[in-house]
Formats: sequence, structure tokens, C-alpha cells
Amino acid sequence: MIQVENLTKYFHRLCAVDQINFGIEKGEIIGLLGPNGAGKTTTLRMLTGYLQPSSGNIRVKGLNIDKHILEIKKILGYLPESAPLYHDMLVFDYLNYVAAIRQINGNKKLARIRHLADLCGINEVMHQPIGELSKGYKQRVGLAHAMMNDPEVLVLDEPTSGLDPNQIVEIRKIIKEIGKEKTIILSTHILSEAEATCDRIVIISQGKIVADGSAENLKKTTRGQNIMRLCVQNADFKSVQETLAGIQGLENIKRVSETDSLLNINLSYSSTADLRPEVYRRIKETDWVLLEFHQETQSLENIFRELTKEN
Amino acid sequence: MRQAAHIFRKEFSAYFISPIAYIVISIFLLVTGWFFFATFFLFNQASLRTFYALLPVVFAFVIPAITMRLISEELNVGSDEILLTMPVTARDVILGKFCASLAMIVAMLIPTFAYPLTVSVMGQLDWGPVIGGYIGAILLGAAFSAVGLFSSALTRNQIIAFIIGLSICFALTLIDKLLYFLPQSLLGVFAYLGADFHFQNIAKGIIDSRDILYFVSVCFIGLYGAYLALRLKQ
Repeated sequence: MIQVENLTKYFHRLCAVDQINFGIEKGEIIGLLGPNGAGKTTTLRMLTGYLQPSSGNIRVKGLNIDKHILEIKKILGYLPESAPLYHDMLVFDYLNYVAAIRQINGNKKLARIRHLADLCGINEVMHQPIGELSKGYKQRVGLAHAMMNDPEVLVLDEPTSGLDPNQIVEIRKIIKEIGKEKTIILSTHILSEAEATCDRIVIISQGKIVADGSAENLKKTTRGQNIMRLCVQNADFKSVQETLAGIQGLENIKRVSETDSLLNINLSYSSTADLRPEVYRRIKETDWVLLEFHQETQSLENIFRELTKEN
Repeated sequence: MRQAAHIFRKEFSAYFISPIAYIVISIFLLVTGWFFFATFFLFNQASLRTFYALLPVVFAFVIPAITMRLISEELNVGSDEILLTMPVTARDVILGKFCASLAMIVAMLIPTFAYPLTVSVMGQLDWGPVIGGYIGAILLGAAFSAVGLFSSALTRNQIIAFIIGLSICFALTLIDKLLYFLPQSLLGVFAYLGADFHFQNIAKGIIDSRDILYFVSVCFIGLYGAYLALRLKQ
């Protein structure tokens, strides 16, 4: 559906996007992840034809973006970051205007606007000026704008930023719903969001792609430190250290907190073997009371931090 | 072209949704009406000459105020990103907005028909120069709109856009009146660059292709400059 080859963008002498390559299949939901200033927005702006690449190539459905920009814009829907819409216009007038530019006419126009108003939940604000809407509603109007032409490719730049948790859940639901048939590219710096909504995650750092794959694959291939959390009663830190010493692969025992009777500790290790049986066996031989025993799976946060660390 | 028409319709109605149109039109009518009729009875002539003598200077103030928001507001809000990622070209955007401001200027001129009508009641009015004057006013308005649109595309700050537009329009209006120290031979060249010189020719009732060519050229240069400024941002 979309091929990006050696895409590069310079702003004066600053390199914002550096030789990026990736491909997107039809029907995929792609999450573009990265810290602030990594080049996510710049990449999306080039994909939608707002910025011209310094070098490199973008093809959408086999059409080159240099030569067929208008055709590509016709099958593309784009919601820029923080939905910069015309503040003076009423929501209905605005959608009407977008429909006209998208060349949807007559009866179809009104039907389309109604359908989008239902889908995005903006029926109750149709006759309010956009400038007076709350951030969540503005974002939804932006989403309706982006979907006006029933686009084959939907590009969303931080669709949930600045929304409250309920609105985030709703927007995600809408994205999932649309994503059944459409190709969606969204950027975010919220990791759980990417994990929850995207089929594939592309992590960008300093203008380069540092990881590309599904959330599970990323977790499997990136090895950081594993952490086991324990909470025990009737034990002091010293005896814990002595008891657990010598387990193969165990690297560090850290005291998190210690009160009169409760001791919280973190065990960190980097081996792939499961250390839980051995830890349990050793604790069983003592007279401690084991209250909590929990192994943290490698989270996307850790991977993200690992990959986007400043060199 | 169809896209430009949609943009035109949106921009033109935007003038009348917000209070801009009403404020600008009333100020324009107040200023021109006052200066025209204040001296009208002293001259004791049934003509619109004082109205046309004043028009370029008033336009130099009013038209940049009309055009200042057209592009700089988009740049400021960021809505240019939304506009330019829809299937429209930069050319459609510039053309649509230019036509909207021109239509706004026509809407502003329509109430001034009351002046020639009033004058014709009081004396023998020669309608030739009046019609020539209105054609000239529209050409002058178009040229200043193009200049205003260009200055609006340069910056995201509407006030700066207004001041740049005002300076260029003012320079075009007064260029031949400020150059006392130049030799007579050069003065003709500079007068030829001045918008006022060409406008007054048409307002005399003589429609010369050279004057029309001048206004069309200024329009073209202004619009092309705006187009380049918009494209350069990409």
C-alpha cells in the first residue's frame, strides 16, 4: 500500500528524518513511536504531502508522491497534531466545506456528514463554533474531517493527546473500528496506546528507525533486565540476601522498602531461564511468610527507553 | 478551478460571519463620505473627482486590513496543514482567497453608488468618468489585494502582514509624489510605477491598455509572490 524509501528531511542543516525505509500493507494499523522531536510528525507530514522530502521516495498504491500528489491526497485522510481547525466556523459549516472540497455533492453530502457525526459522536455540537469546543470534541471533529472521503489510508498524528481517559478509550474504539477495513498510520508517545491499538509498531529515534515489528516480537527480540518482585513477612534483608545468594543468573537484590514486619525486594536478572522455581524452593525452607511473588514481563516502556536512549 | 470556487465561497462568507466586513465597510464609507462631501460644495462641480483623488490612499489602508488574515491566520492556527493535505493545490488556495478579497472590495464599493446618484440629482453628472472610475477602482483593488495577499503569506502575524501590505500599497500610491529631487526625465519612469498615476488615467474616463496592463502585472506579481511564499514553507 505504502512504500517509503530512503526518506530524508533537512530543516536548514538539522536532519529531522534520516534515510527511513518502511512499507505498509493494506489493512494494517501502524503505530509510529518515538520521543519528542524524533521525527514522527515530520514523517507523517511528508507522507501526506504537506512537506516535501529533501530526498527519498514515497509511493502510495504504486503512485509516486512527486508526480501524483493530487491523486494521493484524494485517497488519504489526515488529522494533524492537535487538530488545527478554523475557529470561527460552525462544525456543520466546516464539515460541509470539507465535503465540498472532497467533491461529495447533493444528497450524498448530507448523508455522509450525518454518518460521520454519529460515528464520531459530535451530533450535539454540530451548530457550535469550533473555537468554543473542548479539546476532545475538536479532536473528534478533526477525525470526522479526516474520514470525510472514506479514505483508504488514514493518517493520525497523536490522535489522543490532551484527551481525558474516557475520551481516549472512545477514540481508540473508533480507530479500531475503522481499522478493520482501512490502513491506519498513527503516531503517539503513549506506549500502552500503541500496544492496545496497533498491529505493528515502528520506533523512531533521532530521525532513524530503531525497531519495527509487532509488540510481541519487539518484546521477544529486545532483551533488557527482568525483574521479580517479592513481599515477605518475618524476614530481614540480610537473611534474604544470604538465602538467595548463589542462584545462577541472579544479578542484584534490592531492598525497596522495609517496615516492622514487611520487606519488599526486587530481584533483577538477565538470564532467559526461569528463576522462579529456585527462588520459591529456597524461600519455602525458611519460616518467612510469602505475601507477594510476581515476575514483571519485559514491558514496552523498557524497550522504548533502551532503544531511544541518547548516545 | 472548482476547488478554488469552494475556497472562495468559504473565505467570502467568513468575512460576513465575523465582524470584519461590517467594520471595514463602515470605516471605508465614513472616511470617503466625509472627505468627499466636506469639500464637494466648495468646488461647485458635479463630478466625483475628489472621491477618486482620495480613493488610492484609502484603499492603501483598507485593503491590507481586508487581506491580512487570509493566509497569516492559517499559518498561525496551523490550518494550512489541513487545507493543503486535502486535494487542493497552492494555486487554488491563492486564487480562491484573492477572489474572496476582490468580492469583498466590490461589496464595499457598492454602497458608494449613492454618491454619483446624489450628485446626478444636484447637477449635470458626466457618467463616463464615473464608470471609468469604478472600473479603475476594481483594478486598483485587485492589485492591492494581490499585494496584501503576498504580505499575508510572508508571516503568521496578522499585524506584521498588515504593515508590510500597507507599506507596499502606500509606496505604490505615493511614489510619484515623493520624488521632488529627481530630474524630470526620471520622474516619468517612477510615475509609471505608481498605482495612483494609472488609476487617475482611468478615472478620467480614458481606458488605456497600458493602464490595464499595469494593474494586471501588479496582480500577477503579487499572486505569484504569494504562491512562492506558500510553496517555500513546504
